Amino acid sequence: MSEPFLLIQNVRKAYGDVTVVKDFSLEVEQGEFVSFLGPSGCGKTTMLRIVAGFEVPSAGSVIIGGQDVTSLRPNQRNIGMVFQSYALFPNMTVAQNIGFGLKVAGVAKAEAAARVDEMLQLISLPQLGDRYPYQLSGGQQQRVALARAMAGKPQVLLLDEPLSALDAKVRVSLRDEIRAIQKALGITTIFVTHDQEEALSMSDRVVVMHGGMAEQVGTPFEIYNRPSSKFVAGFVGTLNVLEGTVTDPATGAVRIGDDDVVLKQSLNGARAGDTLSLALRPEAIALGKQPGRDASIGGTISEVSFLGSVIRVRVGLGKDAVSLDTFNNPAKPPPKVGEKTEISFSSADLLVLH
Amino acid sequence: MTTQTPTATKSIMSRLPLNWLGVAPFAVFVTLFLFLPTMNIVIGAFQNPAGEFTLANIQGLNTPSIISAYWISIKISLASAILGCLVGFSVAAAVTLGGLPRWIRSPLLTFSGVASNFAGVPLAFAFLATLGPIGLVTVFLRTQIGIDLRSLGFNLLSFWGLTVTYLFFQIPLMILIITPALDGLKREWREAASILGATGFQYWRLVAFPILFPSLLGTLALLFANSFGAVATAIALTGSSLNIVPILLFAQIRGDVLGDPHLGYALAFGMIVVTGIANTIYIWLRARSERWLK
Amino acid sequence: MNRFWAWLALAGGIAYFVLPLLGMTEFSLKMRRGVYSFDAYAKVLADPKFQETFTYSVVMALVTILFGVLLVVPTAYWVRLKLPRLRPYIEFITLLPLVIPAIVIVFGYIRLYNTSSWLPLTGSVTGTNALLMFGYATLSLPYMYRAVDTGLRTIDVSTLTEAAQSLGAGWITILARVILPNVLVAVLSGAFVTLAIVLGEFTMAALLNRPAFGPYMQLLGANRAYEPAALAVIAFAITWGCMALIQIVSRFAPKAPVNPH
Repeated sequence: MSEPFLLIQNVRKAYGDVTVVKDFSLEVEQGEFVSFLGPSGCGKTTMLRIVAGFEVPSAGSVIIGGQDVTSLRPNQRNIGMVFQSYALFPNMTVAQNIGFGLKVAGVAKAEAAARVDEMLQLISLPQLGDRYPYQLSGGQQQRVALARAMAGKPQVLLLDEPLSALDAKVRVSLRDEIRAIQKALGITTIFVTHDQEEALSMSDRVVVMHGGMAEQVGTPFEIYNRPSSKFVAGFVGTLNVLEGTVTDPATGAVRIGDDDVVLKQSLNGARAGDTLSLALRPEAIALGKQPGRDASIGGTISEVSFLGSVIRVRVGLGKDAVSLDTFNNPAKPPPKVGEKTEISFSSADLLVLH
Repeated sequence: MTTQTPTATKSIMSRLPLNWLGVAPFAVFVTLFLFLPTMNIVIGAFQNPAGEFTLANIQGLNTPSIISAYWISIKISLASAILGCLVGFSVAAAVTLGGLPRWIRSPLLTFSGVASNFAGVPLAFAFLATLGPIGLVTVFLRTQIGIDLRSLGFNLLSFWGLTVTYLFFQIPLMILIITPALDGLKREWREAASILGATGFQYWRLVAFPILFPSLLGTLALLFANSFGAVATAIALTGSSLNIVPILLFAQIRGDVLGDPHLGYALAFGMIVVTGIANTIYIWLRARSERWLK
Repeated sequence: MNRFWAWLALAGGIAYFVLPLLGMTEFSLKMRRGVYSFDAYAKVLADPKFQETFTYSVVMALVTILFGVLLVVPTAYWVRLKLPRLRPYIEFITLLPLVIPAIVIVFGYIRLYNTSSWLPLTGSVTGTNALLMFGYATLSLPYMYRAVDTGLRTIDVSTLTEAAQSLGAGWITILARVILPNVLVAVLSGAFVTLAIVLGEFTMAALLNRPAFGPYMQLLGANRAYEPAALAVIAFAITWGCMALIQIVSRFAPKAPVNPH
């Protein structure tokens, strides 16, 4: 296995008696796109700023390309950064902004100009070199910020919630652009966001952070389908949480509502009578008995929302309730509130939460 | 584009005059007590006693003592403006960007508000009591450190004395105006410059100063105009002995020392021109910097 | 920026400002030979001329403030409500007194409103007092207008007006009972600045020959040694007191409402 390009080892950051980052470690491969995902205050931005060099860790180290950069100043690390507020220099044109790092490094004028043109092509804004930032839209400004960060061929690219200040439509299109550019150039990238859709769609791996620690690290598929904790399960995607009482720890039988379900997972030493939190994704549930799903629970329909192509149904199961979507069928009217029905799912999809 | 019906047009027309009536008192006031007096002076500068148009008054300004008065006024205004800018900027930068404790800022701005209005007679006395012949600092320097200000050529009642005294309200004015501009320097610009490889010095040279430049230059112009029009301090300090324009005008209004009332008009007109140009520069530069930082 | 240099700059600034104030205060206490005393202050406060001119200036300040409020508040309100496009021009006009020196303005007054003009204000004592008051109002216009305008910005003028109108209030009621109470803090702030300006003003009062505080200070300065210093300390203390009051008063100002958009 090759040496990881970016190594974060046991980093801790405390301000006085408040510890914002607690013992964070991560290995990132060359060219990988990793997201730090979490709610506000979870320490993801602080961790990013430690990698950038704007914050000095209370403990731990950051190693890039085999070199320990922990004590280096930001302007010595050859890292590119894109800020949430774009941070373009208002007194310079687009071209001058992009060429700033090159100018500071003393690159020859002709070579720098060629590189700036190259970057302008990359972000698909070849005509806007002479414009000033205040003349550009938010999306354009952020692309310029990206070009500026990458013009100096940095070893690592850091993005601090770059899409949060943009309109929804621009956000989605820029998301794909950033990913495409990153793949083409092969730069090791860390992307901080609180939007799980962004993290899941763009990343090779996702680090879900909570309370200054990494709760789970994995591919988007792993994070979503095999969340390791209640927090991860709840933060990423929607989740139905049910309460089940263990009836037979040997077979893994659990009673939910009025029915029994046999779990195909280990109950981790739970004894009869214990209550477990069980999670079920809405897309794993079907209305009525369906082939291929071995578990079913009876319930009553409590809410029906007709959303056009999708019908959102809420089914009460005793104390709990689950939300699920079914597709609209022109030939069949939607279910009625108060109808007795069953939900069916595969028992392997029922997750035990810790 | 829809065409307006006659009735709609008429109702808009009838609404307009009524709205404008609301600002009538204000209009009357500024006309009577700001515009008319100023225009009277401006026009009077171009009139002879018979009421005919003439440039003689302006030409009459071309005497050695009057030219020298304008020149000294301009020099003092420039000196106090430039020094005020430098010192005021240093203090403001120290407080906003220098990492000093937060609680210093508010008292500093309040004090600057007081000090920028502290002119005239009290200011002159304060400096006389400090740097005058038997002033606190003068005596201290002479007896404790052995430096005799007099023998070094320093005289409070002169060009440099007036400049140093004027700084007392120029520096606070600079602080008051430049602090918001310094606040406007976003922290992200500093960080972005740093991560792109710039040192602190390069950041200031390539990013911060160019951004601040219009504000700096504009405030310099404002300080210049402020100093040029100051009368009371000068009179209190030098007792009408220093030959600067405001004192000259004052004496002229009081007692027609120049022997020709219309020359007074020309003097005043000259003052308006100088302060007008300086303030126009200030307003133009401020508008420009605001456009950038939208 | 290096913290050391920051402290140095601040220390230098403080030294420059504290020394003259110190010098002035120290000097004012030296009237009795060899010992510090308040003799100078006692003499000044007992001087009938001091009481006369100080009273005159304070009264003039109050009248100026009243006039300023009656002129500026309705105007600023009206402009915000009905003529928003006029605002930049009005703002420009209110800044003109900072451009045109006071000495030029009062020169214009003397030329324009003397005994042989259509409005012979300088012909009588009352007339000249009125003229001086208008002059003071002009000098304080920039500060007064800006204070009131800032205060109006923090309240939603048009909605308040519509609400009052729908409840049957006329313009005067709206101004006096709805608008004014809400901008009272801003108005007070402008009033204190006006007080400071009027008390210290010299040029206009001297050239119009009125017994104001400014010319009195000047006269004293030309003839006496220690009393002027005491007077300067008093003047500075009053100005400082005004500003401190502004700070305290503006703590109670309503903050701008958070825009939900």
